[in-house]
Amino acid sequence: MTRNVKKIPFAVLSLSALALALAAPANAKVEGDTITLGSAISFTGKYSTNGIHAKNGYDLAVKQINAAGGVKVGGKSYKIKVVYYDDESTPARTGQLLERLINQDGIKYILGPYSSATTKAAAPIIEKYKIPMVEAEGASRSLFTKGYKYLFAVLSTSEQYLASTLELAGEIAVKNGKKASDVKIAMAFEGDPFSQDVRAGVVEDAKKRGMKIVIDDKLPRDLNDMAATLTKTKALRPDLLLVSGHSKGAVTAARQIAEMKINVPMIAMTHCESGKIVTKFGASADDILCPTQWAETLSYKGDTFGTAADFDKLFKATYEGYKNVPYQSAQAAAAVIVWKTAFEKAQSFDTEKVRDAISAVEISTFYGNIKFSEAGNNIAKPMVLRQIQKGKYNVVAPAKWASSSVNWPRTAK
Amino acid sequence: MNKENYVIAAVVIFGVAAPFLFPNYMVQISLLWIMILFALTWDTLGGQMGYNSLGNITFFGVGMYISAIVQVGMVYDVALYASPDGAALTGNFAPTQYFTGLGLGILAAAVGNVILAILLSQIFFGLRGPYFAIGTLGLALAAGELLGAWDYVGGSGGIALPVFPFDPTTQKFFFYFLCLAAAFLTFAFLRWLYKTRFGLAINAIRDDEEKADAMGIHTKRHKTVAWCTSAFFLGISGALFGNMTGFIEPLEVAFPTVTFGIFMVAMALLGGKGTLWGPVLGAFVFHTVKELTWTYLLGWQWIALGALIILNTVYFQQGILGWAREKWPETFGITVDKDMSSGSEERGTS
Amino acid sequence: MWDNIMVLVAAPVFNIQLLLDGIFIGAIFALAAYGLALVWGVMNVKNLAQGELVIMGGYFAYVATLYGIHPLWALIPAFFIMFGFGWVVYKLIISKVIERDLFTSLLATFGLALVIQQGLNLAFGPEVQTANSGMAIRSIFDGLVTVADIRILSLIICAILAGAVVLFMKKSRMGQAIRATSQDARAARVMGINTERVYAFTFALNAAICGAAGVLISMIWVIQPFYGVPHSIRAFVVVTAAGLGNLPGVIIAALGLGVAEQYSGFILGAEFQQATVVILLILVLMWRQFQMSKTRQVVQ
Repeated sequence: MTRNVKKIPFAVLSLSALALALAAPANAKVEGDTITLGSAISFTGKYSTNGIHAKNGYDLAVKQINAAGGVKVGGKSYKIKVVYYDDESTPARTGQLLERLINQDGIKYILGPYSSATTKAAAPIIEKYKIPMVEAEGASRSLFTKGYKYLFAVLSTSEQYLASTLELAGEIAVKNGKKASDVKIAMAFEGDPFSQDVRAGVVEDAKKRGMKIVIDDKLPRDLNDMAATLTKTKALRPDLLLVSGHSKGAVTAARQIAEMKINVPMIAMTHCESGKIVTKFGASADDILCPTQWAETLSYKGDTFGTAADFDKLFKATYEGYKNVPYQSAQAAAAVIVWKTAFEKAQSFDTEKVRDAISAVEISTFYGNIKFSEAGNNIAKPMVLRQIQKGKYNVVAPAKWASSSVNWPRTAK
Repeated sequence: MNKENYVIAAVVIFGVAAPFLFPNYMVQISLLWIMILFALTWDTLGGQMGYNSLGNITFFGVGMYISAIVQVGMVYDVALYASPDGAALTGNFAPTQYFTGLGLGILAAAVGNVILAILLSQIFFGLRGPYFAIGTLGLALAAGELLGAWDYVGGSGGIALPVFPFDPTTQKFFFYFLCLAAAFLTFAFLRWLYKTRFGLAINAIRDDEEKADAMGIHTKRHKTVAWCTSAFFLGISGALFGNMTGFIEPLEVAFPTVTFGIFMVAMALLGGKGTLWGPVLGAFVFHTVKELTWTYLLGWQWIALGALIILNTVYFQQGILGWAREKWPETFGITVDKDMSSGSEERGTS
Repeated sequence: MWDNIMVLVAAPVFNIQLLLDGIFIGAIFALAAYGLALVWGVMNVKNLAQGELVIMGGYFAYVATLYGIHPLWALIPAFFIMFGFGWVVYKLIISKVIERDLFTSLLATFGLALVIQQGLNLAFGPEVQTANSGMAIRSIFDGLVTVADIRILSLIICAILAGAVVLFMKKSRMGQAIRATSQDARAARVMGINTERVYAFTFALNAAICGAAGVLISMIWVIQPFYGVPHSIRAFVVVTAAGLGNLPGVIIAALGLGVAEQYSGFILGAEFQQATVVILLILVLMWRQFQMSKTRQVVQ
């Protein structure tokens, strides 16, 4: 008796060890006719809504590719499968789970997580193990300045998100007989890596165009009130107001801009779509400008899904409850297409050969053209700017894709 | 002769053998040692001294940042490195540079934390009972918010730590053994400390601070030293964890108040607070169960954690070890006089 | 920072906007803080789930808007359902920790906070939500200052609710029993008051008040499952600063906190708005401690 109890810690210890040993790896990179990709993505926590959008995109592309005969390597057809873990929207967890995917599950090909913060945590790990990752949801520019060799992103980087609004504001100023450098900018960005990169892009562009930044506020993570910032906006009368703070930033800003009757002639913010500001605030959200990676109205076209509109239709038919297809899903699907293309090009499963094949990918897809720079970001696809006009998102810039002209000045309601 | 020594030996043998037995699980087991360190250092205040802190995670994060500043600052201007303009400055250091930086970083984290603990004691030890808990919770939240607003270390965008100069397997072994050593040192030090007069003094503070004061114990000095001890080891764990993660930012990695910050309390309570082995046992059980089940619960894990804390505090406050001690008192060197009804807790010298 | 102060000096009219915003939101803080003071004073339980109860109330308004009902109507179900919820929580958790040491109640309610947060997250997802009142917005001083009607209305509702609670405490049997219990629970028991029922009622009343505050918050700010923590901290700041059983103090402290937040957001920048709350908490605790140490010396 005496001895037994003293051994409790030891017994627990051996049990834990045993349990750990039993949970042995079940997956490998390529088994039979299946290629297994791995992803740690957010099913719970603050990124879960978009994490699930991304997962739906991954799954739809996998389904579509498998249905069309899979991936052909060495004359044989392979099916694709994805192993997911939930990273709980925390970067530290992403890191741990990638170690787990690579070491325990033997995964050799990684699909990215959702958000720049988690992708930032993932990048050093895939670099360490020399395992390629194609990601679709980490736009932060700083991901592509660290010299990572195994990281590839299909989306446009974050500094392009709001920078195009400066060009537009400058053009309008010139049209009204003023100088582009007369434009005064007020901005409020959250402190996270993504929004700060968006900010860096704006600051750089403003400097280039000689525009003056009169307000430069940082929004907190648990944002629920920005009345103080908007009061400042009222006092300083800028020509352009920029906000970026994920969907909570869009929702808070849209509500309080209406409530405080902020009549800045041009207002732009990120995440209008995921914040659902049109459904929430109706007409008072009109004339707000929103940058987007992708829109179903664009004339992009590719092999796997056909046109952007085809993807839109298929996606809505496959998943219930989507009124609009989020660009997060579209770009996730594009990432899987990149993997397929790379395997077929490399005709091999060797990670080094596949990596080289990814870096040489040059294709058109429903999501836009994809071609990676030396740093791994996609340089073949622009951001587009849409404006909410009578409750609809219409593309207003760049001119090549524009379907409507921009409403200016914005009339406060 | 001493049964406890056998257990210690067994744990150490497991610790040394584990990376060779379960090489794939090295990261999880490294984390286990950090969890044990967490629970042990929380218990120094919470269990032994009766000051229940909800903000000990502050020292973990501060240690992590001190170490990062020292490691990066040896080579670059930290502000430039952390800013978006400093992207060209990579963390690829030469081995000697890296290891000197790491050594100094860990040392600075531990020492810096002790200084911080001395300063904070001046403010926080005037708060008693629940005020102390609320105050320290505020401290941890404020620390995260303020570091997020401090652009010198990258603000809430975070900062990347230098890259380990050798291959990943070596890195895992290296940090595994550092974690093991940190946990073992913490355990050994606290085991010695609790047996000294100091241990008795902080127990006296827990039982009745006014009386302890009246009996001539310098309560304030003892409380400060106890917090410094916690802070010292937490600083080391923060520096190690930061370097294992590679990329740190204030809210999720450095000051995770509602995850690690609460895990420490939950683990110590689960194992049995106010004992030396309780926190160790609690951390073992908690971490193992968590690693095995967590990813399969899809969102319910947090509800389970909340429920565990409620059940633990409401219905099972003595913890596993406390329960075992009530069940088999002789094993713990407690002699129960069957005729006496008073269950005086006389601790043996097991 | 200096520039921002200069703006306020050059155009003092903006002070009015900041003051008004602070007062309107502070009135809602006062509700949650008063609930906390009640629970704290009567049963000596420090409820760390206070903010979560507020956020829970907010979701009533959000759900109402989903069904096309005006969110103000949600006040009624929020009040009564949260009352029931509070009663259940009391029976399951609070009644078990009421006699224990204070840290136990703190940690148990912290666990409760986690459960509520995550339950809301599972039910409604992590996105921020709002409830739109659709009410008019008034402009004064040539549109330099705007006041939404919903803010004025919520101030009136806060006042009515606070008045009703005070009246209830003074006039009704239960209110008198609550006051008696808070003065001396043992004596109250001897006099035949069912203190167990008094405790349950008090906690339930607190949950109901928080629920009502949540409905108002969701129409003025935004809600999200994890936004409860700052509300809890605000309640603690207010109660610690005002002291227990001091309703005028609670109101003044809550309005002051609302204004302080707006000013720090304006002058220091939005990222310091919430840090201000936390730092105020620590300062208020220190100030209390300083006061206490002074009285201790007087006693000696």
